[in-house]
Amino acid sequence: MECGNGGRKGWGGGWGWGRGRRRAGQAGCATPEGHGPAACAACPVSGSLDALAPGTTCRIRRLMGCGPIRQRLLDLGIRPCREVTVIRSAPLLDPIELKVGDSYIVLRRQEAAQVEVEDV
Amino acid sequence: MSDLRLVALAGQQNAGKSTLFNLLTGLTQHIANYPGVTVDKKSGRYSHKGQSVEVVDLPGCYSLTSYSPEERVAREFLLNDRPDMVVNVLDASNLRRGLPLTFQLLEMGVPVVVALNMMDVAEGRGLEIDLAALSRRLCVPVVPVVGRKGQGAEALREAIAAEHGARPATLNYGALEPAVQELQALLADEGALKGLSARWLAVKLLEDDAEAERLLAERLDNPHPILDLAHRRRTAAGGTDAASEAIAAARDGLAADIVATCITATRAGHVPMSERIDRLLLHRLFAPVFLVAIVWAIYQLSIVQGYELTKVTWPILAGFRNVAAGVLPDAGFLIDPQLRALGLWMVDSANTLLNYVPIFLILFALIAILEDSGYMARIAFILDRILNRFGLHGQSTLPFILAGVFAGGCAVPGVMATKGIPDHRARMATILTVPFMNCMAKIPLYTLLINIYFPDTKGLMLFYLSTITVIAALLVAKLLTTSVLRHHETAPFVMELPNYHLPTIRGVVQRAVDRTWLYIKKVGTVVVSIAMVIYVLLQFPGVPADREVAYQARAEAAIAQFYDALADNPHRAAVPDQAALVRLVNAQADYKAARMNAGSKAAAEALDARFAERHPDFVPFVLRARDADARSAAAALKDLTNARTTLRREMRQDKIESSFLGMIGHGLEPVTQFADFDWKINVALLASFAARESSVATLGVLFDQEEGENATLEDRMGAEQAAEGRTALSAVALMLFFALYPPCLATVIMVRVQTDSYRWMAFSIVFPTILGLAVASAVFTLGNALGLSGLQTMTAIYLAGVAALLIVALPKPWLGRPAPVVAGERA
Repeated sequence: MECGNGGRKGWGGGWGWGRGRRRAGQAGCATPEGHGPAACAACPVSGSLDALAPGTTCRIRRLMGCGPIRQRLLDLGIRPCREVTVIRSAPLLDPIELKVGDSYIVLRRQEAAQVEVEDV
Repeated sequence: MSDLRLVALAGQQNAGKSTLFNLLTGLTQHIANYPGVTVDKKSGRYSHKGQSVEVVDLPGCYSLTSYSPEERVAREFLLNDRPDMVVNVLDASNLRRGLPLTFQLLEMGVPVVVALNMMDVAEGRGLEIDLAALSRRLCVPVVPVVGRKGQGAEALREAIAAEHGARPATLNYGALEPAVQELQALLADEGALKGLSARWLAVKLLEDDAEAERLLAERLDNPHPILDLAHRRRTAAGGTDAASEAIAAARDGLAADIVATCITATRAGHVPMSERIDRLLLHRLFAPVFLVAIVWAIYQLSIVQGYELTKVTWPILAGFRNVAAGVLPDAGFLIDPQLRALGLWMVDSANTLLNYVPIFLILFALIAILEDSGYMARIAFILDRILNRFGLHGQSTLPFILAGVFAGGCAVPGVMATKGIPDHRARMATILTVPFMNCMAKIPLYTLLINIYFPDTKGLMLFYLSTITVIAALLVAKLLTTSVLRHHETAPFVMELPNYHLPTIRGVVQRAVDRTWLYIKKVGTVVVSIAMVIYVLLQFPGVPADREVAYQARAEAAIAQFYDALADNPHRAAVPDQAALVRLVNAQADYKAARMNAGSKAAAEALDARFAERHPDFVPFVLRARDADARSAAAALKDLTNARTTLRREMRQDKIESSFLGMIGHGLEPVTQFADFDWKINVALLASFAARESSVATLGVLFDQEEGENATLEDRMGAEQAAEGRTALSAVALMLFFALYPPCLATVIMVRVQTDSYRWMAFSIVFPTILGLAVASAVFTLGNALGLSGLQTMTAIYLAGVAALLIVALPKPWLGRPAPVVAGERA
């Protein structure tokens, strides 16, 4: 199964840009059982991982994706409640490199957008 | 229990599994594919205290889900082959990431030994690991090893030999625990599931694992009550995603707990060496510079220096050919025995391939260094953005480099190197576009045509040709991924950056030799057999009888002339009859071939001495002499051999024209006329399918020179082509076709191996042919209609290609594509 990441990201805005649209997009990504991220509509101010500047450390709130990508992120230790630091982005800005625990992980912004984070 | 102990090595990528595998098994390795997938199955044996142990290196995996082929393969092996022992290789410097896999292995109920690898790295980071405590917490033996330095191998072998019972896993799933236990109890009651761990299966069902559900449906008559219960429990837990997240969290939590109790970090906050290196090598500005420098170094060392090396190794292959020529039946004056012609043809075909072996050895060694050092993953990180735009993947870089981004590579190792690309769709696109690169064998034809038609703008044309192939490859990749490959599985680009390691010499050499041998084995066998087919197509039905009689008559005349010239020469006694004459001619040809191959003066003198010893009678004809009789004898022989060479070449041309391949070439003219290819070019293109090198060789035969003339192929072809009204525009069409031409046979075989499908193999032949022909025809027809010159056409094509590239590559926010995010850069 493939889930597009729905909404668009804003240009230049660090936090909370285009949140609403993204949420609407992700509702379509819910699991067939009808459970999923859509249940949580009233989240307080938070951001997605791809909007963080290098050097920022945040706590993971939840994962939006589903299927293989979600499993892979979980396998790599990207799961709720863990802290993640954005180390750098590639010379062409995409993908980005993260540090979770002692692991250094790279992923595309498209995938990073599916990870919701909050301030530590 | 049988005498053979089956041991599986399981672990995550970059945990050092392969190093440990090499350490355990030494050189007795066997690499095959798992059935149905292109995942390597490496196995090897060793014996320990009289018991033989078979070790299977499972593909690296982070967990045992059914999402990726690697994980599926590893899981199938553990379930079906039931290894006596699983050695779980863990990276001691990053235990928390590795332990969840250990828990899953334990849950499956297989006996596990933990090999704690990279102890030296962990020490370097100031991590103190309490091995006894770790072993106690996991309830399995823990063996510290340093695979790269060969430490701990004996202890590991001991631990493998010892019997350990499989312990029940102790992982508590928290909120999900009641559901797990309920399912476990149900599953444990099923007799048909005996031999499978009920707890493992229960957890898998809660994760909504497709393979586990299939397993259940296969074994049970009525799996629905259990599946239904699993579904209800999953729903109660908040759905599949929430359940699998809770399970992952439970594993990660236990891993964190074990790490906290067993490891003391004496240097907390210390920045690891790899990260400090990356601060430089992945720096926004320096990273591209380093990348270009490294790629350039690879190109220089493997292609340029490797080519130099082939000059050293070629005499060995040429010597082999001479030996074969000596063993095979002797050549006739005009017509060779079929066996000789076929034998030499086969040796030549094999030599063409073997000639590249030095290049491949260097190339594969450098790639092994890149892989082992950890830089390969960084290349993917740097370039993913560009390649992703065209449906490719960061890891497509290497195949393209190998296949010859800068004119001079080989598509065979290129296609082979696609193995590591995790994204199936990008991998297929890479396999199908890699052959567009300019391999070493395409260069001679380009050079030939550029020398004939573009003597003044050689550099520009070569630049156009070497870059337009990259443009074409990227555009075709985009086209394929949005059309025929649209429904293929893709994978996200999420990976761990491995630590930098100093590669070991042994590891590098072994990998280079392994891969080169694979190339020789897989490609060599097939190419030789297809060479046979092409031979038959070129040889039969042969020259018509009446023309053959004419050739014979001319040969007789040349021989009569030779005897006339020798009329009162004392050396005539050496060639009393035709048979002796043929022997003389052949002896001289062998001598010349060996002489060309003799490098030093001493070697040449030794050769002269050997010749004098073997054929004392022929010495005056062949070896350099002073007296007048010998000189005139040598001159007569020279005239004769010249006449013979001319006759044989004419006959060969005649044979090709009347051969099956020649007929096909003629038959294709109606189709290829739009691109302005005549039958000669068709034949050359067809023959080049076996090996690209032969295109120029075949043209050399077809554009044959008249007797006594000594013009180069450039002049001959140019003159003849001009006489037929061909212009530089035709050459542009031909070069573009050759650039897009289907992969050579060896590559096609590799495509078959890597895609595991004959249909994709056929596609890789048919699609480029149609594309190439369409482009060549369009270029020739349009260029002709607009009255453009060759260079103008090429420039126009090039600019059109660049424009198309930019249109595809530039972000298109209006299409709802995720725009590049600059967010937070200023923060």
